[in-house]
Amino acid sequence: MIEIENLHANVENNEILKGINLKVNAGEVHAIMGPNGSGKSTLAKVIAGHPAYEKTQGSIKFQLSSKLEDIDELEPDERAKAGIFLGFQYPIEIPGVTNLTFLHESFNQICEAQGLDPIPEEDFRSFVKSKLELLEMNESFLDRPVNEGFSGGEKKKNEILQMAILNPRLSLLDETDSGLDIDALKTVAKGVNALKSKRNATILVTHYQRLLNYIEPDYVHVLYKGRIVKSGDKSLALELENKGYDWIINEL
Amino acid sequence: MNFEEKVNEEYKYGFETNIESEEFPKGLNEEIIRLLSERKNEPQWLLDFRLKAYQKWLKMEHPQWQYSKIPPIDFQNLYYYARPKTQKAKYDSLDDVDPELLETFEKLGIPLTEQKRLTGVAVDAVFDSVSIGTTHYEELEKHGVIFCSISEAIEKYPELVKKHLGSVVPASDNYYAALNSAVFSDGSFCYIPKGVTCPMDLSTYFRINAKETGQFERTLIVAEEDSFVRYLEGCTAPQRDENQLHAAIVEIVVMDNAEVKYSTVQNWYAGDKEGKGGIYNFVTKRGICKGVNSKLSWTQVEAGSSITWKYPSCILKGDNSQGSFYSVALTNNKMQADTGTKMIHIGKNTRSTIISKGISAQKSENVYRGLVKVMPSASGARNFSQCDSMLIGDECAANTFPYIDVKNNTATVEHEASTSKISADQLFYLQQRGLDMEKAISLIVNGFCKEVFKTLPLEFSVEAVKLIEMKLENSVG
Repeated sequence: MIEIENLHANVENNEILKGINLKVNAGEVHAIMGPNGSGKSTLAKVIAGHPAYEKTQGSIKFQLSSKLEDIDELEPDERAKAGIFLGFQYPIEIPGVTNLTFLHESFNQICEAQGLDPIPEEDFRSFVKSKLELLEMNESFLDRPVNEGFSGGEKKKNEILQMAILNPRLSLLDETDSGLDIDALKTVAKGVNALKSKRNATILVTHYQRLLNYIEPDYVHVLYKGRIVKSGDKSLALELENKGYDWIINEL
Repeated sequence: MNFEEKVNEEYKYGFETNIESEEFPKGLNEEIIRLLSERKNEPQWLLDFRLKAYQKWLKMEHPQWQYSKIPPIDFQNLYYYARPKTQKAKYDSLDDVDPELLETFEKLGIPLTEQKRLTGVAVDAVFDSVSIGTTHYEELEKHGVIFCSISEAIEKYPELVKKHLGSVVPASDNYYAALNSAVFSDGSFCYIPKGVTCPMDLSTYFRINAKETGQFERTLIVAEEDSFVRYLEGCTAPQRDENQLHAAIVEIVVMDNAEVKYSTVQNWYAGDKEGKGGIYNFVTKRGICKGVNSKLSWTQVEAGSSITWKYPSCILKGDNSQGSFYSVALTNNKMQADTGTKMIHIGKNTRSTIISKGISAQKSENVYRGLVKVMPSASGARNFSQCDSMLIGDECAANTFPYIDVKNNTATVEHEASTSKISADQLFYLQQRGLDMEKAISLIVNGFCKEVFKTLPLEFSVEAVKLIEMKLENSVG
């Protein structure tokens, strides 16, 4: 699905990523863990093509049709259309634009890119309703402005709702668990699990092991100072929970 | 399509109709005014009205207070009257109008002929200095509604016109009001009798076609007691390198318990990327809420003209009367807009609302200028103003000049203002959801303007959204 080799990236001329190697196949769930400032969120944003993050070395290859291709030249919207989804740590407010309008526009853009016919707003509303149920969200939610006045939990649910609607092949979920109470966390996890399939993959970026109790990863990677310093299966996450990050840092 | 074609395509109304027109000689003097009045078979009182206005205009200086930089205008180098040669004074049916003219309006999306005309809205089509016809005339007549060109109204309803013309905007009001009062050539007249809810929307479509010609039209709307009307206005002009002057007056009189909703989508040619050409849109629009509980609302979407200078205003004279102003002004390239409103509270418990959204892109300048005046008599008056500006890029400017003058201490006046830029994070968020840069900006801008768009009739609102989208294309970079 995606192959990252020796990835280096800067923000405002500070090197944050210093040689990341990561390979994710369809059907897999990977967790990227690490202390604050290790570069987890940066990795997610670089993959999605955020213009403030400059890739300086290495390559990101994504399965575009049948083969892996370099995505350097793709604009963020083209990456989204190719099936890369970023669940934001801090979802952005768009005043005056309703969720329904936003989701509908987004859905139709992705459909169009994939050669499908756009669907009219009324049909779209009923399609979205089924997804709302999955996340235990009220329909009135659709008529509110995007993320404006939303609670932290609502914002995160809204991200997963978008994921459910857009049905991406690769989901990068950036700190989706932060700011969620346990019930909201369970609901969000339920949503992510329900969307899992053999044809898509998920990368969870998280500081805490808590989320991984509900979304079981196939692989866990520890990111530290811009490099993946340790990889393992889900037991690695539990070990981190018990011993803290210092344990790995001291081993280096 | 190459880049140049793409840029030119932006203004799809920029075509020119190849029609022979009859013009008066260039320049302005008493002779021209007499000629105009004579050509239109006007009564003496109107000629006197014009000449008096002309004398006032001669003594006035071109205003200097505006923020926009207006290059000197040579008023002797303009045509003050141009009409298609084939145009007769009066047609029995719109089907008899020169096909070239009908085709022009059809291209503009305003079909006029019996079979094709828009249902649910009556249209007065003004081409250069003359009205070429009004649709749904008979249907409206059945309800007692008068909707015709102002020239026809002067001929058929002289008393009504005489009573109200200049009663809201006197000729001495300002430089361009004086000029318009001297030389106005046509425009629309609407009269809604007592107790009548106008059975359809009324609209005027202004088209400038002839070269080096000023368009000076005059609209007068009178809503008698307990009546209601919704009025829509649209404007376009060919794409030319020279600037052209459009100096209009709109006057509205609203009596007891009556309501007028006036909406404009202004899309005059705005000049090219370098600021060459485009319309100077210097307009005086004012209404008086004369009666108790009367209501007047102005909604404008200003997206064209190289320079816009306009302040649709409400004089709230009747007790409990209400005025509102909803505005979206979008400037790009080197456009300059100086627009806003005046709310003059005279009656008791009068209310006014001002919602202004200015969007500036590229090297344009966008000014909100407004006055809220509460007279000593206006006990319990209330105003709420909200002026928001959005900047796209680093080279544009937005300014807000709100003037507040309160002479009654029971009044409540609130003013809110904000200036924002579209943030890189907002753009990235929308792009990450599959919207390209242009779509992302247009969604954000539409959200920003929503409060104003929702006051427009549905079809107009769709039109406005499309217009803003079109204008924003190529504004990004």
